Amino acid sequence: MQITVNVNGTDYAREVEARLLLIHFLRDHLGLTGSHWGCDTSNCGACVVWLDDTPVKSCTVLAAMADGHRVLTVEGLERDGALDPIQQGFTECHGLQCGFCTPGMMLTSRWLLDHHPDPSPEQVREALSGQVCRCTGYENIVRSVLWAAKHP
Amino acid sequence: MIEPKGRGAAWTEERGTSDEGRRRLKSAPEASEKNTAYGPIKRKEDARFIRGKGQFVDDIQLPGMLHGAILRSPLAHARIVSIDTAAAQAHPRVRAVITGQTLEDFKLAWMPTLSRDVQAVLATDKVRFQGQEVAFVVAEDRYSARDALELIYVDYEPLPVVIDATKALDPGAPVIRDDLAGRQDNHIFDWEAGDKAGTDAVFAAADVVVTQDMLYPRSHPAPLETCGTVADMDTVSGKLTVWSTTQAPHAHRTLYALVAGLPEHKIRIISPDIGGGFGNKVPIYPGYLCAIVGSIMCGKPVKWVEDRSENLMSTTFARDYHMHGEIAATSDGRILGLRARVLADHGAFNGSAQPTKFPAGFFHMFTGSYDLRAAHCEVTGVYTNKAPGGVAYACSFRITEAVYLVERMVDLLACELGMDPAELRMKNLLRPEQFPYTGPTGWEYDSGDYPRALQVAMDIAGYPELRREQAEKRERGEYMGIGLSFFTEGVGAGPREHMDILGLGMADGADLRVFPTGTAVLGISCQTQGQGHETTFAQIVAQELGMSPDDVEVVHGDTDRTPFGLGTYGSRSTPVSGAAAAVVARKVRERARIVAAAMLEASPDDLEWADGRWQVRGDPEQARTIAEIAMAAHSALELPEGVDGHLDAETVYNPPNLTYPFGAYICVTDVDPGTGQVQVRRFIAVDDCGVQINPMIVEGQVHGGLADGVGMALMQVIAFDEDGNCLGGSFMDYLLPTSVECPSWELGATVTPSPHHPIGAKGIGEAATVGSPPAVVNSVIDALRPFGVRHADMPLTPANVWSAIQGRPVRGDLAIR
Repeated sequence: MQITVNVNGTDYAREVEARLLLIHFLRDHLGLTGSHWGCDTSNCGACVVWLDDTPVKSCTVLAAMADGHRVLTVEGLERDGALDPIQQGFTECHGLQCGFCTPGMMLTSRWLLDHHPDPSPEQVREALSGQVCRCTGYENIVRSVLWAAKHP
Repeated sequence: MIEPKGRGAAWTEERGTSDEGRRRLKSAPEASEKNTAYGPIKRKEDARFIRGKGQFVDDIQLPGMLHGAILRSPLAHARIVSIDTAAAQAHPRVRAVITGQTLEDFKLAWMPTLSRDVQAVLATDKVRFQGQEVAFVVAEDRYSARDALELIYVDYEPLPVVIDATKALDPGAPVIRDDLAGRQDNHIFDWEAGDKAGTDAVFAAADVVVTQDMLYPRSHPAPLETCGTVADMDTVSGKLTVWSTTQAPHAHRTLYALVAGLPEHKIRIISPDIGGGFGNKVPIYPGYLCAIVGSIMCGKPVKWVEDRSENLMSTTFARDYHMHGEIAATSDGRILGLRARVLADHGAFNGSAQPTKFPAGFFHMFTGSYDLRAAHCEVTGVYTNKAPGGVAYACSFRITEAVYLVERMVDLLACELGMDPAELRMKNLLRPEQFPYTGPTGWEYDSGDYPRALQVAMDIAGYPELRREQAEKRERGEYMGIGLSFFTEGVGAGPREHMDILGLGMADGADLRVFPTGTAVLGISCQTQGQGHETTFAQIVAQELGMSPDDVEVVHGDTDRTPFGLGTYGSRSTPVSGAAAAVVARKVRERARIVAAAMLEASPDDLEWADGRWQVRGDPEQARTIAEIAMAAHSALELPEGVDGHLDAETVYNPPNLTYPFGAYICVTDVDPGTGQVQVRRFIAVDDCGVQINPMIVEGQVHGGLADGVGMALMQVIAFDEDGNCLGGSFMDYLLPTSVECPSWELGATVTPSPHHPIGAKGIGEAATVGSPPAVVNSVIDALRPFGVRHADMPLTPANVWSAIQGRPVRGDLAIR
């Protein structure tokens, strides 16, 4: 089937199988490998991207469901050569180690800060509780998000 | 991103370094007085990861690349009657279907494991665990490869299974490894350490003996990136390039050469960005070999990346140690001896990864941090119908199991004696003046100040106040627990004379090239999976040569571009490769001294290294930086004897001993007796990993390990049912801690340098994973004391805690009732 998806501000028209997952569309068809695949079961959140204005786990969204919609991935966080504060926060606070969960963590965090510009540590933990990081023990991820909140 | 130099100089003071630590730091061999390049600088790696520009194995796209998928056994034990691949081969997008029969033609149906056993690459005779590899499909795209798996028909004849290790040696138990000639049972090895007679004597004379059976259940490292590979055989040049999720690229290259008979100089292993390893990416998996065979057969690159279920069900597990512990003491709390008997479940193939001569890893470091008179342990390994592996998951070669055993036994002893567990530990910890200390099983601990670390932890925790709060809460019927653990690890294997893996001695190389303009490239043989080597190793070199870490590029994970070495696991990067980096930088510095002497028209003996430059002794005006010297070394300057040009050097570092990091942990939990729910309220961790190169990264390593410990103690288990079905085959079933199960970690540090390490550093990667599970379990058991609970096995899920409160603790690793 033919779909057109706006990814990070650019329209992409592609012929895809109806069963194609959004994560594979982004990675294999568009070459946007910043979003990662981690678990297949919506548990880990390595594949989180925005569909229109909402974070989704793209391993359980069909590419067809994104037809006519906007998708934001980690590659779209940087604006005009400037890092998003959330990207800067992760660097400032050592919020990443292996970097595999990081794109998904940052996209959920960006959504949180858009809706709650001054979150408590508990709110950050709650927002990220559907995602898994195996390296950081979460502490520095929380600090990273709070850093970004203080440096909008 | 790099902060100004000099920032790091103050950190040891801020972080409560002991006077003793400072004294030792100054006396450590060649330890630097000014740590100008050390300190919490930001990571170089981050720039690509925060932009989504990392390159993991599954990110690699090559022209004409094909995709592989593995058909796996649905049964835990069955004879293969027939495999029909005709329909799969007829699939229009399938290029090849590979079975064990195909591999037999290449003599590749079986491969050696890291424990000198053999493992089926693709099953030919039987399947021996659920999820075992049976066939490999190569197709033009990912989805078609998966589709074709559905078209392969395998006729299995089910066999009785062995799932409970405690029944593996029963007479009449089904023999799993009938492929091994003459094999009549499921026994793998018996191994012991320590003085049995001496220990028996100590126990016979002791006032108090406490015993306990405990299980460290099967767990899985579950890195967020699963295992995978892209194999590309260039049919013209005969060069095989393999991008692979490997923690040990050089060792893998040699093993591929040995297993597949490929010339080693025609193999290039590239370990690109790795999405977490934790030991899961040490072995060679059947999928890697299948992708290589697929590439050879099809003449195209072949990518194979496993899915999450494949990762959890078939790749190397951790733990699965059934332990019986005994501790002997005087009635006033002086610990005298320790005994342990272990039944080790190694799964269907003995794929455990550890130095050859230690089939139970370093478990015999089970005397922990205490001053004992005698100790003895026995370990028996058995086969079961479960996935192979055994040493993984940040376990420091089984020290995780050892620390759990001794720290549970000390708590049980405290309970028996009516002593506070902190007081009992303080009374028995090794004292600073006992180092270097040779323990009852032969390990020589290099350095430590244990009582101080425990005191720092207790101070941060406010230990007496916590006990008061606990007493008040108990009055009100609230159940709060305070758990301690104190651990010592031995990390940084070799030396190569004593430690090898499949005959490869455990030493690591480094080479350092300094360019004319004074910047440098360091090649190392270990491989980062998130530890930040590109930053910390640059700091090591910069410190030694008076450079900025910005000016040092670290190359790793590519066998064509880096010197041989055994890789990153068992917390060995900093102890071994980090030492190599310092040593090779010092070699460069010595070459530079000769050139500088020529430049300054002085004798090399008259120069001293000060403020990051070679200068004429007593005349700081007469000095040259490494950059100035490097340009001169590449110039037309007439060079003195001993330098042919340039400053480059290489080295192999063969560690004289392990390094022995240690720490004191305190965990505070609240337990709801109605539901069995455990909440970790506080976790205090005081670690001593010797000299810290980058304290920010050290803290991050500790944070991650603490989350692992909470996960293992409370939720993570790979369980099986009575038919051998794996019950932990997805993240819906195998629960990992998230941000809401983890508290805000409270860290402290002491610094006791390693006396034999060139920069006084010890490993930190696994410390918290090793040390934290017993603190959590001790805390929960402490909370449950009013119910008379003495012990319950991990994971302490709500159901298990509730059962323990009812007086019926269960084994969480079996769904057999």
